[in-house]
Amino acid sequence: MTIRIAMTVNGTEYARDVEPRLLLIHFLRDELGLTGSHWGCDTSNCGSCVVWLDAKPVKSCTLLAAMADGHAVRTVEGLEQDGKLDPVQQGFIECHGLQCGFCTPGMMMTARWLLDHHPDPDEAQIREAISGQICRCTGYENIVRSIRWAAEHNAEHKEQP
Amino acid sequence: MSQGFGRMHRKEDPRFVRGQGYFVDDVQLPGMLYGAVLRSPHPHARVLAIDTLAAEAHPKVRAVITGETLQERNLAWMPTLSGDRQAVLATDKVRFQGQEVAFVVAEDRYSARDALELIDVEYEPLPAVVDARRALDPGAPLIRDDLPDATSNHIFDWETGDAARTGAVFDDAEVTITQDMLYPRVHPAPLETCGVVAHFDQVSGKLTLWATTQAPHAHRTLYAMVTGLPEHKIRIISPDIGGGFGNKVPIYPGYLCAIVGSMLTGQPVKWMEDRSENLMSTCFARDFHMRGELAASRDGTIRAIRVTVLADHGAFNGTAQPTRYPAGFFGVFTGSYDLEAAHCRVTGVYTNKAPGGVAYSCSFRVTEAVYLVERLVDMLAYELDADPAELRMRNLLRPEQFPYTCQTGWTYDSGDYPRTLRLALEIAGYAELRKEQLAERARGQLMGIGISFFTEAVGAGPRKHMDILGLSMNDGVELRIDPTGTAVLRISVQTQGQGHETTFAQIVAEELGLSPDDVEVVHGDTDRTPFGLGTYGSRSTPVSGAATAIAARRVRERARIVAAAMLEVDPADLEWEKGRWFVRGDPDQGRTLAEIALAAHSSLELPDGVEGHLDASCVYNPPNLTYPCGAYICVVDVDPGTGKVSVRRFIAVDDCGVRINPMIVEGQVHRGLADGIGMALMESIAFDADGNCLGGSFMDYLLPTSLECPAWELGETVTPSPHHPIGAKGVGESATVGSPPAVVNAVIDALRLYGVRHADMPLTPAQVWRAIQGRPLRTDLAIS
Repeated sequence: MTIRIAMTVNGTEYARDVEPRLLLIHFLRDELGLTGSHWGCDTSNCGSCVVWLDAKPVKSCTLLAAMADGHAVRTVEGLEQDGKLDPVQQGFIECHGLQCGFCTPGMMMTARWLLDHHPDPDEAQIREAISGQICRCTGYENIVRSIRWAAEHNAEHKEQP
Repeated sequence: MSQGFGRMHRKEDPRFVRGQGYFVDDVQLPGMLYGAVLRSPHPHARVLAIDTLAAEAHPKVRAVITGETLQERNLAWMPTLSGDRQAVLATDKVRFQGQEVAFVVAEDRYSARDALELIDVEYEPLPAVVDARRALDPGAPLIRDDLPDATSNHIFDWETGDAARTGAVFDDAEVTITQDMLYPRVHPAPLETCGVVAHFDQVSGKLTLWATTQAPHAHRTLYAMVTGLPEHKIRIISPDIGGGFGNKVPIYPGYLCAIVGSMLTGQPVKWMEDRSENLMSTCFARDFHMRGELAASRDGTIRAIRVTVLADHGAFNGTAQPTRYPAGFFGVFTGSYDLEAAHCRVTGVYTNKAPGGVAYSCSFRVTEAVYLVERLVDMLAYELDADPAELRMRNLLRPEQFPYTCQTGWTYDSGDYPRTLRLALEIAGYAELRKEQLAERARGQLMGIGISFFTEAVGAGPRKHMDILGLSMNDGVELRIDPTGTAVLRISVQTQGQGHETTFAQIVAEELGLSPDDVEVVHGDTDRTPFGLGTYGSRSTPVSGAATAIAARRVRERARIVAAAMLEVDPADLEWEKGRWFVRGDPDQGRTLAEIALAAHSSLELPDGVEGHLDASCVYNPPNLTYPCGAYICVVDVDPGTGKVSVRRFIAVDDCGVRINPMIVEGQVHRGLADGIGMALMESIAFDADGNCLGGSFMDYLLPTSLECPAWELGETVTPSPHHPIGAKGVGESATVGSPPAVVNAVIDALRLYGVRHADMPLTPAQVWRAIQGRPLRTDLAIS
């Protein structure tokens, strides 16, 4: 049995016939080939799979694809705009905010959401924001710095055409 | 502008921040099928019958593989890295909960999982042993009855040091300390689980594996030995790896099942384990029951250390370490101190738990050794009412003692330990911290300050001492300078996030005066790289980094001959400056490496015996390990009401010799410090009395998040390794090795008012609370 679902992912409309129980992370990765979001734990603990559902970060390993039917999804592939990296992406490069790169897309999606709602977060706010996600490589310090870097460079990013 | 060593952005990052990393689960091949493993619910049971008919009838199932299928191909068992054997799929018994019993190949992931439910296995449950201390009891269930002559669960006894001399020191020591300690079973838990895509091409007979492996070449050799396929017909591609930490060193049964699945179906088969499979069945770490004894004088001089270890190796002896070291490099338990004598005896036993055993950034069990000695030293400080910093300073090896051969025979290459500890104390503001602690205690607050000083032993290793399954631990590199002056470096070691594409390019850049951007580092593909044993035990820079520097120097010397031919002078008259050979005394007369490279590929006539082109290779045999060190200080606050530990500060001073890219080194240290907080406070793969694994998900196996970790405060000292071509020492595991005792020492220090001398990790709120109540309990077993 399949059901037809349709959603916007990074601004593009997709419609697919899928198994009703298909997880959103598998829909994105296996059906759409958007492999930037990763699967890491099954239990919503690690956050490698964080994407936006209607402008809110969610863990796509514990959402059915069908629950995103009619909604808008944004993934790491949608961060770069017109060939220009988002300040969050640039911040992770500048501050060595990643090592193996597996948790990075999820971390960046949360970071983007944080900065959209709290443009000037302090260290405690940043740590709180990413506390539902696990990184095994960085000890978090450089992720915090990366997000601070992005906060400091957000304005100049927005000013550019 | 050329740049060699120093901070630079990583060459890997642009793809990762765009979500364009390429991990094994990202591999999509035409006609690819999916595998899933049926696992044992029992820790110990006889397998009486397996009925696969219903699963085979599932419309999307393409193959069901059992031990019987494998037996026909002589693949039901495979060798482990310790020379034991491990069941690929169980034929006679299951020996741990989560053991592989059957493998389904289906058209999609979900159908493969569905079909597992359709397999009916008849088990006869047997009594299980999950407490290593009961494994050798008379009448304990015999786990490995598959081995001829097996009469008990005993695997090995191993000892090092001088028992008699150590005993003599203990006999006349003024002070002795004895403590039983458990380093609990933990798991490396990289965020990317283990998996493989196997593609056997039936026409060419070539097997291609996209695999999460830290050691692609070693795996290729092992696959050839196990499957009988000719080695040149096996290609291992290790694409981006989502963290390894030792978890991705062994070969797992699922990999072999995927290979057989591809052979049976003629199509590629992908198998990715889920998180529970990862935690319950793959390479665990530690599980060392240690009795440590320390002998000292009243004045605080540490004289001898004696250790007895019971090592829980699980159901198959699959620990990954050099052959002659069944307890890894635990022999460096003598630590950073000048002892009169030392002795250690390790007994390895089988239990009904997952196999594996040397992983989680442990430097072949230096982790356990450092924990033991640093806890003992703190207990001595407690006993003598001495300051733990002063006590360490009094006993640390002095710079003039290097190279220093410790009482168990390891020759530490270099270090300035007192300077390293002094720097850490300075950064911490140690004296002020102690004053603050007194004030806090007066107010009833539990503040603790913990110190650890570690000596690491990394970069295996010298071929006369070290091999794995007979393969020497030497690694090759190949360096080619293109006609237009760019470079391609091929390496055998395998990054899992360490940034090899950047650091190895920097080594070449430093040696040849190129820009790292002009050096392409090729890795992770056995068809495109030279042989070597891979990345673990912090060996990439000590071994392959050395090979790279030597190959670059060989290229430089070839370039000198070519430059001499170009300039029509004697090579001896040329001098090198970064990127260029020039005539001594006439600096304008010179040729850049790019000019030389083009000439080396041109019709320029070269002296007899000198080959055209510009390339070199090197297989490096390290003369010794490298011995990084560090001084760590952890400050904690303990909530007396709940027992919850908060890490307030963490100061880490590391000496890993010359730093190629300090940014990457610091990142690696950060990672290991977080590991230390995790292991000391949260992480444990525990079992109940029936052998059920209680750490099988991230809801039960707790890892530190951004909230448990403080902002790290780092410092560095630099004592170059005297035998390494660029003076570098491995650093990837230093912080994981050094940090757990600093955290534990801090917590115990905080609990001093309660007379607590020791409590085993993880120091969860419950464990700390029990310690405060005077009844610390074991944490690895849900048995009171």
